[in-house]
Amino acid sequence: MDKIKNFFRMFSVVPLAGWLFGSFVAVLLEYYLGDAISYYLYLPKIPVLFGTLIMLKEPMLIPSVLAYDLIIYALPILLLGKMLAPIANTIAARLDRMPLWVATLVHLVAFYGILHLWAGINDYRVLVVKLTMVSIILTISLNIINGYQGEFSCSHPGFMALGAYTASALTLLLFTDDKMFGEALLPAAMGPWLFPLILVAGGAVAAIGSLAVAIPSFRTRGDYLAIISLAFMFIVKSAVENLEILGGPRGLSSQPDYASLPVVFIWVALCVWIIHNFTTSIMGKALNAVRDSEAAAHSMTVNTRKTKVTAFMFGAFWAGVAGGLFAHVLRYVNPSTFGIQKLAEVLAMVYFGGLNSIYGSIVGAVSISVLGEALRPLELFKWIIIPLILILVMIFRPHGLISFTELNVKEIMRPRDKKPSEGVE
Amino acid sequence: MAPLLEVKDMTHYFGGLRAVNNFNLSIEPGQICGLIGPNGAGKTTIFNLISGVYTPTEGEIELGGHNIKGVEIHHIASMGLGRTFQNLLLWRHMNVIDHIRMAHYSQLNYTLFGAFFGTPKCRQEEKLVKENSEKLLEVFDIKQFAYNLAGNLPYGAQRRVEMARAMATNPKILFLDEPTAGMTPDELMRMIEIIRQVHRDFGVAIFLIEHRMRFVMELCQYIQTLVFGEVIAEGPPEEIQNNPKVIEAYLGKEDVH
Repeated sequence: MDKIKNFFRMFSVVPLAGWLFGSFVAVLLEYYLGDAISYYLYLPKIPVLFGTLIMLKEPMLIPSVLAYDLIIYALPILLLGKMLAPIANTIAARLDRMPLWVATLVHLVAFYGILHLWAGINDYRVLVVKLTMVSIILTISLNIINGYQGEFSCSHPGFMALGAYTASALTLLLFTDDKMFGEALLPAAMGPWLFPLILVAGGAVAAIGSLAVAIPSFRTRGDYLAIISLAFMFIVKSAVENLEILGGPRGLSSQPDYASLPVVFIWVALCVWIIHNFTTSIMGKALNAVRDSEAAAHSMTVNTRKTKVTAFMFGAFWAGVAGGLFAHVLRYVNPSTFGIQKLAEVLAMVYFGGLNSIYGSIVGAVSISVLGEALRPLELFKWIIIPLILILVMIFRPHGLISFTELNVKEIMRPRDKKPSEGVE
Repeated sequence: MAPLLEVKDMTHYFGGLRAVNNFNLSIEPGQICGLIGPNGAGKTTIFNLISGVYTPTEGEIELGGHNIKGVEIHHIASMGLGRTFQNLLLWRHMNVIDHIRMAHYSQLNYTLFGAFFGTPKCRQEEKLVKENSEKLLEVFDIKQFAYNLAGNLPYGAQRRVEMARAMATNPKILFLDEPTAGMTPDELMRMIEIIRQVHRDFGVAIFLIEHRMRFVMELCQYIQTLVFGEVIAEGPPEEIQNNPKVIEAYLGKEDVH
């Protein structure tokens, strides 16, 4: 045990910049040598998700896959991370002295570069990364209502559907020649530029829809609100199913391909930034105050109704944006996507990752999405393993893996060769 | 001088039960008043009626010249009525300094969009609030707990957090609902000091509910005694102390054989 601990302690001096550098080299290695290495290891092609799919399908190839992961990922990242730690720490220290947004931007751009190279190997990876990022937005937005505000809202797939359908209908109507919506009203070239506005419109429709749940929440909470919100989800689903103009149960398809990897990435960054700003402000803390004791919140001048409406509309807005992105990633939506299964998925992500924490939501969304993809060859057993993991998390960490922790970007990026700087926040 | 808080003929029914009958009160700015009475007399109900949790069935309430009957709780609070609770209502998952910051809610001028995008105005205001909160933490001697969860603090400190939080709303009058409930004699003395200090430094009027006679006699300039929703005696402490009706309410009737 001590040996393992010491092994990990060795890497405690590596700052985020160092890991990014290591990953960059690993990704480059895969980009140029991936094909050759997988050929020599008797792998049919570059393993898509670190080889988990191949391992589950063909157990004979497990050693090859492990060797591949070791050569391409583990060795470069660990070795370079460790070796270049002094240089990385110098860079991190220099960035640490710059304004926070500059340092964050540099890290984000570097991270995006790595992600882009890694995902660029094949389309499947691109899709997985995009869907994972959409789930990040969705999970954080649900965390606002279920974590920060402490309600149990089940209407998130409904909000997502509102956003997805609004955004799809708008892009189909405005920028494409579609069977149902007729010819394009605007030149297609404007599409990508107006796409953010369309997503915002989708979010706004979802936010307005959320009033149907927010207003009952003035008088009731807990189980009753859960039922009301569940009803809302089913109302949206069956409404869309019965609206022929929106394609009925067949749904809408052939949305233009606006949700490219960088677009989705920028939206995730934007979402995290705005929600982080909000939840750390006093206005956002009011959500927690209402959750922990509404009577005390009232008496401390907090306008609880405004707070509740804000929480719901804000959460629903981001769910709508996530829905719009989701529709344009898959380029196909139908009502059955936004049912109870989606609800279970997003609830699992929130409660697995941790309540009241953006950090936790990111962890939850990424782990459940990636786990869901990686265990795909197990088919039915996937739905036994993932819930089992969830049960274990609930037993050992009832509030989720990382709960009640605020995202501290400065702390994540700080140089690691010294003790953390003073000031606990 | 016009009274800061004036309650006229307030009566309240819970269904058929008359909880408060014809309650009158007038508090001048800077005065300390006490409300005493046996359990179940309706003391907390009076607090809740004035602070807007319930709307009285009959009667008028004026705070600083404005009628506040039927006004929402948070409005009344932002008009200058701060309060603490009998059974400590602290926010479980929030650290101490956030409690104090939170209570500045009505003093914020930035919009929701300011909060979303962290505009300079928003950051400026948040900074001022933080500085002010730190000052309050010092006044109430809880600075060392600033980043601890309020629920993990010793009991006396939790009481002080509640007081500090109420003071952060910038009240003109402070309602204290049994501020010494469950305190040891040492903590009690400390609480008296703190209440005096708050009264002196912030110049607020204080209206408090209390069981411990010694505490009330020490602090209050004017005392009302409530039994079954009715005021049976009121006046300065010395008068109340010797009032036979009060003694009867607290100790029971003397049997004369």
